[in-house]
Amino acid sequence: MSTTALPAEVDTAIQATIKAQLPVRRAGRRSAWQRYRVGPILSYAMLILFAAIYIYPFLVALSGSFKTDADATANPLQLIPRDWSFAAYTRLFTNVPLPLWAMNSIIVTVVVTVCRVFLDSLAAYALSRLSFRGRTLIFSSLIAVMSVPNVVLLIPRFLVLKQFGMYDTYMGMIIPLIVDAGGIFIMKQFFESIPVSVEEAARIDGAGIFRTFWTIVLPMARPALVTLFILSFQGSWNEFGSFIVSTQSPGLRTLTTGIAGLFSGQLGSGNQFPLKLAAAILMTIPVAVIFFIFQRKIMNTTEGGEKG
Amino acid sequence: MTANALPHAARRGDKRPTRGNGIRSGEGRYGWLFTAPAIIIIGVFLVLPIFLALWVSVSDWSGLGSPINSQVGFVGAKNYQSVLTAGGLAEQTFGTSIRNNLWFVVFVVPLQTAIALFLAVQVNRRLLRARGFFRTAFYFPSVTSAVAITGIFIFLFASSGAVNQIIAALGGTGPTWFADSRGIFHIVASWFGVGNNPPALSGTALLELSWWDWLSGPSVAMCVIIILVVFTTSGTFMLLFLAALQNIGGEIEEAALVDGAGPFRKFFGVTLPMLKPILFTVLTLGLIGTWQIFDQIYILGGGKPANTTLTPAFLAYQTSFKSLNWGDGAAISFILFAIIVVLTALQRIILRDRSNKERLDKPLARLLRDDSIRSNGGAQ
Repeated sequence: MSTTALPAEVDTAIQATIKAQLPVRRAGRRSAWQRYRVGPILSYAMLILFAAIYIYPFLVALSGSFKTDADATANPLQLIPRDWSFAAYTRLFTNVPLPLWAMNSIIVTVVVTVCRVFLDSLAAYALSRLSFRGRTLIFSSLIAVMSVPNVVLLIPRFLVLKQFGMYDTYMGMIIPLIVDAGGIFIMKQFFESIPVSVEEAARIDGAGIFRTFWTIVLPMARPALVTLFILSFQGSWNEFGSFIVSTQSPGLRTLTTGIAGLFSGQLGSGNQFPLKLAAAILMTIPVAVIFFIFQRKIMNTTEGGEKG
Repeated sequence: MTANALPHAARRGDKRPTRGNGIRSGEGRYGWLFTAPAIIIIGVFLVLPIFLALWVSVSDWSGLGSPINSQVGFVGAKNYQSVLTAGGLAEQTFGTSIRNNLWFVVFVVPLQTAIALFLAVQVNRRLLRARGFFRTAFYFPSVTSAVAITGIFIFLFASSGAVNQIIAALGGTGPTWFADSRGIFHIVASWFGVGNNPPALSGTALLELSWWDWLSGPSVAMCVIIILVVFTTSGTFMLLFLAALQNIGGEIEEAALVDGAGPFRKFFGVTLPMLKPILFTVLTLGLIGTWQIFDQIYILGGGKPANTTLTPAFLAYQTSFKSLNWGDGAAISFILFAIIVVLTALQRIILRDRSNKERLDKPLARLLRDDSIRSNGGAQ
């Protein structure tokens, strides 16, 4: 599709029709067009305004976490604290079991991410490359399963964990998350996009199926693996609902469930904004680090494919 | 879907014999071996739970012991009736949660789509300085956890918080955001002297709520959650739009510019029609996602104030885990599931219709194009 010009006669004829039909709208259009000659300046202004709105909450939170309770409450907008106070951070590591929560989050995230990346690509490889009876059925079931919304699964998941005696254990938090249909889908799409000839050569040379997968295919799939890693890490680090229904003892709280408890007022009196903000900032750091490391990757891929 | 889109590699395997001593021997065994972990995990923790919960939703299980034992009785649709037609408090609460979520959807979906599209078009411009910075700024809220963002918003929207101080600086008085249960349309009505629950609208409409209650609009507290969700999702959707825009490439838009179309017309006449598929994807994802809001509701106090931020997703959790009314809770879950499935199906149907309507849109597109040619001639 290109905007090739029409013959002049047709052009004028059509214009005459347009003029006859839409005199009022045409006038409006022209002024709009002229007005938008100042477009660049206007859109820079808009962008800067939007960027400020998107960034400011994080800046305010960061500075608020270094304020005293009274200062944070009275001067929430001020970006430089009047008196610098590290009390919020000290309290998080002494009065609040933040280290325990962080450790639980790390355990869950690391195990879930490693398992997910491995098991998802394993299944995806079989579904895209190995021919076996039932493959189509498995794949279409996966697609069906992908459309079940997570919140609908909260009660069901609790019921099953309870049934198997896995409620309130690390196993119960981790095992349900170590495979996800969406990840299999991403990997399958990727495997199908790389040529099959290299693998076939390896297989002819006598490499077994697992070895072919492990030493030939996986290294080639690095871009998709990175995508899956980012999604799994972020997903399990930020996971909340699933932990709410799979645990109850304080010893199994993660940063999300623990800090959510802080926010809904477990600490008793006062709003304690600096403490809450410090907690929010600390739990954001790991995903922020991953985000900035893989920023190019996240922003440039058409990674929306896994969602659409 | 993908199987059809990328058939070559996958199909090649099918044509070859599965048995024998060729290089494909043993693929059947390995195929099942490789997919076994996924099948077991998804089967046990996703498919099985759904059936177990389906049973609970038609049983009188009290939460004690296993739901599968001889003392748990089958009660048919009783749990569904108690939230849909029984006329009691359970129905009214469910109705309220549906009302809240409907308004939430009505505000969030158009807002997040429009903002995401606007931002994507802006940061896609090739001449933009600091493009990377802007993209990062807009996408960053999407990667942070709902818990952290909600915590920050509690601070921002506190009664003497940042937002209210800005409002005060502009000469207004901000509400006590999280404690204000008034629906925004009720507030607007009160400006015109319409009192609370006018007789014309006080009749019961549906699910034990009056027309007046249904028409309340989101409560002031819900508005904070609306802003919060738009803030965190617009970045994700911006990336989807951005990917689509990059696929389109700059040439066509440049051609439109050369032909003299202004940025405004270029957007509505050229860019937007080409973005239609991704636009519908974003709308669908938005519609599905907005019915699943849970984390933010949980952290903000589970429906406070006066149940005006209660959503079906949270109500299902609350009914089961807090009120220990497992049957009702599971029933609400499945009603929610049905809503989401229907919305998805509806969207699919509309999408299919759209492709037929394309023909109607063409004359308009031509009109715009010829119009732009004319402007170009005028400029010369």
